Amino acid sequence: MLENYLPIVVFIMLGLGFGAGPMLIGYLLGPSKPDEEKNSQFECGFPAFDDSRMYFNVRYYLVAILFILFDLEVAFVFPWAVVQSQLGWFGFIAISIFLFLLVVGFIFEWKHGALEWE
Amino acid sequence: MNNMYTFDTSTLWAALPEIFLLSAIVVVLLLDLFLTKPFKQATYYLTQISLFITGVMAFNLIDQPQTIIFSGSFILDNMASVFKVFMIGSTMVAMVYTRHYLIQHALFRGEYFVLVLLSVLGMMVMVSGYSLLTLYLGLEILSLSLYTLIAIARERAGAVEAALKYFVLGAIASGLLLYGMSMIYGISGSINITDIANFAANADLASRETLILNFGLVFLVIGIAFKLGAVPFHMWVPDVYQGAPTSVTLFLSTVPKVAAVAMLVRILVDGLGAMHAYWADLFMVLAVLSIALGSVVALMQTNIKRLLAYSTISHVGFIMLGFVTGVISGYGAAVFYVFVYILMSLAAFGIVILLNKKGFEADQISDFKGLSKHSPWFALMMLVVMLSMAGVPPFIGFYAKFFILQQVISAGFVTLAVVAVVFAVISAYYYLQIIKSMYFEESDKDITIVAPMDMQLVLSINAVLILVVGIFPDFWIKLSLSLF
Repeated sequence: MLENYLPIVVFIMLGLGFGAGPMLIGYLLGPSKPDEEKNSQFECGFPAFDDSRMYFNVRYYLVAILFILFDLEVAFVFPWAVVQSQLGWFGFIAISIFLFLLVVGFIFEWKHGALEWE
Repeated sequence: MNNMYTFDTSTLWAALPEIFLLSAIVVVLLLDLFLTKPFKQATYYLTQISLFITGVMAFNLIDQPQTIIFSGSFILDNMASVFKVFMIGSTMVAMVYTRHYLIQHALFRGEYFVLVLLSVLGMMVMVSGYSLLTLYLGLEILSLSLYTLIAIARERAGAVEAALKYFVLGAIASGLLLYGMSMIYGISGSINITDIANFAANADLASRETLILNFGLVFLVIGIAFKLGAVPFHMWVPDVYQGAPTSVTLFLSTVPKVAAVAMLVRILVDGLGAMHAYWADLFMVLAVLSIALGSVVALMQTNIKRLLAYSTISHVGFIMLGFVTGVISGYGAAVFYVFVYILMSLAAFGIVILLNKKGFEADQISDFKGLSKHSPWFALMMLVVMLSMAGVPPFIGFYAKFFILQQVISAGFVTLAVVAVVFAVISAYYYLQIIKSMYFEESDKDITIVAPMDMQLVLSINAVLILVVGIFPDFWIKLSLSLF
């Protein structure tokens, strides 16, 4: 009975090993010379612990909005794909109309330059 | 199982106006993107044409037998068609007034018209919604378009504030409405109005098991009262009306009220009609508070948009009184009042917009000073609108109030009628004050009218209709009564 769980244990050990192993090796063998720049966030992003009313570039907001739009699209397409074989042509046409309307929105934002960073 | 989702395209004709309007929105949106500056006016004309064709389609569906499609979530009946035609007509009139305002204040953008079309689509879905989900969907299409419309004047702090306030309070109201819907669904097991009506008709309303039905009902009433702007859920109305650009206020204060009343009829009359005794009590309180507060607080206003906002609140009180009666003629009187209110409100805000010109935002009562000298015709029109709103015969506002009060009295609520009349008399004071400003005070400003001829013409017709329909109200009254 219990030996049925062996593959799971092996899986967990392997997963832990793959995750922790390289980090451990890097920590033990690699040279460590931390400075202020190295300890700060990489490239972009905000300081993780800061005043919540800080200023940030409004472009992030636009990117987030656009992301939500197309993220939600996927949230609708996935369930559709699962039951597509039962929905038949009705389902196909319905999702096509849905995607078409999204494409219209996409053309709108593209033409307005919302996708240009500068 | 396989055929669960077969779809009968032959029933689509019932939703033809909506389908056409959605296609038109896509075309207008894309076309506006590719229009160069000198041709931007085309968006406006295309919007009007789209609205007109949609209106004709809706008109052709009048007198069709009642049809319920999309698995019971979309209804086509006379009420839906008549409301749609009326909403589209009012929107077209509002757009004529709007164009003048947008050009004068450099707000003319294609998105404005697309958003108006989208909100009309939302309202049409609301009017035809026959399941809680469709109704909510329509409401959200409408609300989200309206929030954005207000914020379209994003350089104005007042407009942004109004949009944010409206958004936050509107979201709370939608939340309450959804909460109520979820309870109704929980107890009745369906979101279709037909099933809910059957459940409510057969339920033992006094038993503990159906207590939750009552609980859900309270939330639904609160949500609807929020959207209508009835006291004590009126807080957003004056601020939003004042902060929004006047052309948006014009639209906001007129057409969506029709849709809100349609939603009220669908949920409370069609769906929970069996519980009338329960929601009529709530409505009574809301109506009396609205009439009282709307009439009294308006006395202290100096901003005409704010004043009209409080006036709207008191009109909403009268509309709700019609639903308190619980008889078909009472509901008809309420719908008649909505029609009349829209006609008056369009004209009132139209005249406010008429006074606007480049760099001058007419929104104070004092801006009307001496209007009779500069433009006797439009001063007369404003006189007609104000007397009608105050309920002076032979203008149409009198008949609207008269029918509501007649129904309220014959339903046995004499005290309610007396209270309503007393506050209607109080409210006459501030309407008369505007007339006094126009006729008996001198202006220190130059108030020449620069509005284009088409707007002056439509506005004149609109105001004259208030008098003409007031003298011959038969058609509208019969129409309103035939909808139930």
